[in-house]
Amino acid sequence: MNWSAIRAIYVFEMARFFRTIAQSLISPVLSTSLYFVVFGAAIGSRIQEVDGVSYGAFIVPGLVMLTVMTQAISNASFGIYFPKFIGTIYELLSAPVSFIEIVLGYVGAAATKSMFIGVIILITSFFFVDITIAHPLAMVAFLVLTCISFALMGFIIGIWAGNFEQLQLVPLLIVTPLVFLGGSFYSISMLPPVWQTISMFNPVVYLISGFRWAFFGLADVPIATSLLAIAAFTALCLGTVWWIFKTGWRIRQ
Amino acid sequence: MAPILSIRDLRKSYDGGFEALKGVSLDIEEGEIIALLGPNGAGKTTLISTVCGITMPTSGSVTVAGFDILDNYRQARALIGLVPQEIALEPFEKVINTVRFSRGLFGKGRKDTAVEDILKRLSLWDKRDAQIRELSGGMKRRVLIAKALAHEPRVLFLDEPTAGVDVELRKDMWEIVEQLRNDGVTTILTTHYIEEAEAIADRVGVINKGEILLVEDKDKLVARMGQKQLDVQLTTHLEAIPEALASYDLSLEGDGWTLVYRYDTKAERTGITKLLNDVSAAGLQLKDVVTRQSSLEDIFVSLVREAPENAA
Repeated sequence: MNWSAIRAIYVFEMARFFRTIAQSLISPVLSTSLYFVVFGAAIGSRIQEVDGVSYGAFIVPGLVMLTVMTQAISNASFGIYFPKFIGTIYELLSAPVSFIEIVLGYVGAAATKSMFIGVIILITSFFFVDITIAHPLAMVAFLVLTCISFALMGFIIGIWAGNFEQLQLVPLLIVTPLVFLGGSFYSISMLPPVWQTISMFNPVVYLISGFRWAFFGLADVPIATSLLAIAAFTALCLGTVWWIFKTGWRIRQ
Repeated sequence: MAPILSIRDLRKSYDGGFEALKGVSLDIEEGEIIALLGPNGAGKTTLISTVCGITMPTSGSVTVAGFDILDNYRQARALIGLVPQEIALEPFEKVINTVRFSRGLFGKGRKDTAVEDILKRLSLWDKRDAQIRELSGGMKRRVLIAKALAHEPRVLFLDEPTAGVDVELRKDMWEIVEQLRNDGVTTILTTHYIEEAEAIADRVGVINKGEILLVEDKDKLVARMGQKQLDVQLTTHLEAIPEALASYDLSLEGDGWTLVYRYDTKAERTGITKLLNDVSAAGLQLKDVVTRQSSLEDIFVSLVREAPENAA
């Protein structure tokens, strides 16, 4: 293992994050506050409680997940796409590093960044609502796994993308709808039966449900199913990354 | 001594079927500077990219200090530094950080004195905290070299280091290469400037259409260049050089219709008058007399034009 290379990539990527620390933090904090104002105050005054939890508190896990997923994807996809775009990828390819080390560096950095932002949002939410965390360890585990698996997915998108449009395409057309329809702002049980069934095909439902369970001990789907879902998703991403590594797809001619 | 870089029958075909390298073999000795000359699209960059691991070879083998670039890619690549043709740098990063990054990426621990030394050597120390985008084009090229040297490689590839670079920087670049040679670094550079090859290389290789046409010591090439050739075309056909002219270093060409005399233009006496007197004394009738000077450029152009017949 070339640990020195993993560290170099990680530090370099984190430096990019800290260079723009203001916008890296202000924008998620601001948008989270807006969500609280719009959903918590406006809609929350009509919904009030979901399964015994105040609506303002109920949306916190969903908000954290929403941000963490989109941030992990955008950070990881940009992190590996940018060197391809500006040509500095030559250095990675000519360095004595294996693909695993490249993935560890980039995905590790992207996962760290998104986790950082997730925690900031959680802290922000404490200013708006009272939250207790029923299963802190499970909460951390879900957060970490989600950050890693979505960063892996972002890495795959970044490798695949041939231009900036494609880089935005998957997050915009697939991930964002799935995340919004994944029960960030509502309980699946509040939907009509048909939509409940359809929602079961949305993998994000399982993640948000599991994460919410860690907070309030209540879930749309059994916690075991949620764990299975995130494990399966992580395995799928790891498998894809391994395949890219084997074939050199879109990296080495 | 075993060559530091050994390329054997290297072939590279791209997905579209284009064959960029058609069986290149080349041995490079430790500490030498070799210039690969060739027109655009000759395969220079593909050759470098394949050796450095950016593209995968279709067949053939490459070893660096005995390490195969595929089986022992870590050891092989750790010995190589690459300065690419195009300027490719992270625009918002500081100079010193990109150099540190390169050093770490190639498996060397953080060592600030080494980075400082490299930056000073390339006159970048004053700019170490500047963002790359603030630098001029010439400075950016220096950063690329600093990155390539950050892990103290034994072999340095410079892919057209002076394309689009002003005269002063070109001279600086040559000086840097010369310094590196003193440290024992082997340098392989590609160029299409013949004077560049003349100025710094020990050996010159000519590459075209994916084939190496010639590899020769620069001094020999330059010696060839300093020579002039006198073609004495005759009205009669000769089977052999006449006895009376045996004292000259002559060769019979053109199926016996031409006597060729090579002489050094820098010599005090070229011997032409005496030769021509002796030729007429030998009873030979002159049809025409032509003199020619071969330059490295001539050699280059004729090699490139006459490929593949001349490939052997």
